[in-house]
Amino acid sequence: MFPTPDVRGRFGRFGGRYVPETLIPALDELAAAFDEATADEAFQARLDETLRTFVGRPSLLTLAENLTERSGGARIWLKREDLNHTGAHKINNTVGQVLLAKRMGKTRIIAETGAGQHGVATATACARFDLPCVVYMGEEDVRRQSLNVFRMRLLGAEVRPVASGTRTLKDATNEAIRDWVTNVHDTFYVIGSVVGPDPYPRIVRDLQSVIGFETMDQLEERTGRRVPDAVVACVGGGSNAIGIFAPFAYLPEGERPRLIGVEAAGRGLDSGAHAAPVAVGKTGVLHGAFMHLLSDEDGQITPAHSVSAGLDYPGVGPEHSYLFESGRAEYVSVTDREALDAFGLLSRTEGIVPALESSHAIAYATELASTMPRDAELVVNLSGRGDKDVSEVQRLLDEEAA
Amino acid sequence: MTGPARGQARVRAAFDAARRDDRAAFLPYLTGGWPDREAFLRHARTLLRHADLLEVGLPFSDPLGDGPTIQRSSEEALRAGVRTAHVLDQVRELRSETDTPIVIMTYANPIVCYAHGGERGFVRDLAAAGADGAILPDLPPEEAGDLIEASREHDLATVFLAAPTSTEARMRTVTEASRGFVYAVSVTGVTGMRDAASDAVPDLVRRLRATSDLPVVVGFGVGNAATASPVAAVADGVAVGSAVIRRIAEGGDLEALAAEIAGACRR
Ligand SMILES: Cc1ncc(COP(=O)(O)O)c(C=O)c1O
Repeated sequence: MFPTPDVRGRFGRFGGRYVPETLIPALDELAAAFDEATADEAFQARLDETLRTFVGRPSLLTLAENLTERSGGARIWLKREDLNHTGAHKINNTVGQVLLAKRMGKTRIIAETGAGQHGVATATACARFDLPCVVYMGEEDVRRQSLNVFRMRLLGAEVRPVASGTRTLKDATNEAIRDWVTNVHDTFYVIGSVVGPDPYPRIVRDLQSVIGFETMDQLEERTGRRVPDAVVACVGGGSNAIGIFAPFAYLPEGERPRLIGVEAAGRGLDSGAHAAPVAVGKTGVLHGAFMHLLSDEDGQITPAHSVSAGLDYPGVGPEHSYLFESGRAEYVSVTDREALDAFGLLSRTEGIVPALESSHAIAYATELASTMPRDAELVVNLSGRGDKDVSEVQRLLDEEAA
Repeated sequence: MTGPARGQARVRAAFDAARRDDRAAFLPYLTGGWPDREAFLRHARTLLRHADLLEVGLPFSDPLGDGPTIQRSSEEALRAGVRTAHVLDQVRELRSETDTPIVIMTYANPIVCYAHGGERGFVRDLAAAGADGAILPDLPPEEAGDLIEASREHDLATVFLAAPTSTEARMRTVTEASRGFVYAVSVTGVTGMRDAASDAVPDLVRRLRATSDLPVVVGFGVGNAATASPVAAVADGVAVGSAVIRRIAEGGDLEALAAEIAGACRR
């Protein structure tokens, strides 16, 4: 559908397959099955129907009138992935991958999760399509996100706490890969972002690109223009951002809008406590792909930090690394503080409580809009709703007040 | 051994010597710098009394090919401050004491991010320290261009892995890129001890032999005489990691374990 990656699974110099040999045949099988499914009208019809009648697509494109007024610049449009079933864009990917697993005859699903959003979305798809589901989650995240652990169990999934390393998302991902290496004959690994070995980054991109294609159609209907002036999205692993960027990213120079990925600056880029690998500029290999990542001088992965658990990942998908290096997209970062302010701002001005992840995009978009002319169009991917974050934000605000 | 063989020649000579004795080579593994520098050197010397080749792990923060035992030793080593340079120093120290081949086992990122010149610099410094090659479980031949080229330049062994899931075409890719020996993963899974030798081993070894003349080492899941002897009967080498680490972690008799497995390697 899109021009990259190449035959070796590379986006420019990024991507590839840095995995144990055991998995190479499984990745070949997965790539072939995905290409077949993509070309199969019956499969696509089933996926479309699921997106329509189960996920709730198309998601709305909402003009944020009050926020636009306040910014005094470009019109700010919100692509409402928060309105999807389970409250975020993650489900676009999980229903697609679980349907693919069924088509391949796999009988067991595994997934990793950080905050629990991808775990919940996977457990939901597994319940809907009747497959057993095991979700790996770092012990630290199990403690911090107990409500999502309960949601996953309610949906029939088994949540396995991971005690190794930093006990967070990256370690849960290692453990999911170990499970896959062990049970590769019957197990399908549903990865949660545009990361991992080829073909995962392109599978997740293609499944999430529905966000960008809908945006094109909806914007045209509302403004007569298919292509806005700027698109802004937060970047953890990078799936919601790639989802909305993809249809625009490979337009010729001059027709392409500004594409801006917002990484989490945490307590500040200088503090060392952040999740902004592109901003730091170091490249290496994590979870099967060559990409921007956080690591020390010896190539040991260093822990990420963000107030939003969904951005708390020390790498970024290889296609983002490529879009950055080729100048097709720009990457900026927003601190915990700025994201928390945007969380409150959107809630008060538009009556929409955004996920803390999406609040990073809102924070940057609000600033950017004010520098753009009033007849410009700016689309923000509102990747999820903030219900999951309200108690954490309350705790943080109480802590500040005290 | 004639002359001061080093690198892949030293590795090949070790397998030739074992074959002449009618036994499989014994390849124990130790996590570099673990439990601490002195204990590592002590354990390495114990193992070297029985080993045909020593595998030294360069610990990585995210060892996705390893089971809990080796994971824990890697974590402990990193927490104790073990750095890449320390492990290279320890190899250098062992090399001054032994002619047994030493091969480094690590993951892609520590070498891709190696501060003194990435993969090429790493191979150069590895050779300078007296190591004879590298094994990287998450680096298939397609991604190993720089490592292979630099290793050829320094005449070091490059060991790639084959798995029970590997097709004939994959086995050819893996053996063509390998020098010194090829590593057959006995099970689909991660490192760690298992109760019985995998029954996939004979077929895996046979298929690899049909593709190349390289010595075939079998690892993953071998941890005592009972699991080592059936492997030694068909393969050229037996790699043992988790059992060694566990024996040390439990404060047990490492010499006895090494002697037991080396004994089981005799045909
Ligand atoms: C609402 C929301 N937005 C964004 C993300 C970050 O992931 P990605 O960068 O893959 O979109 C997450 C991850 O959990 C999320 O829940």
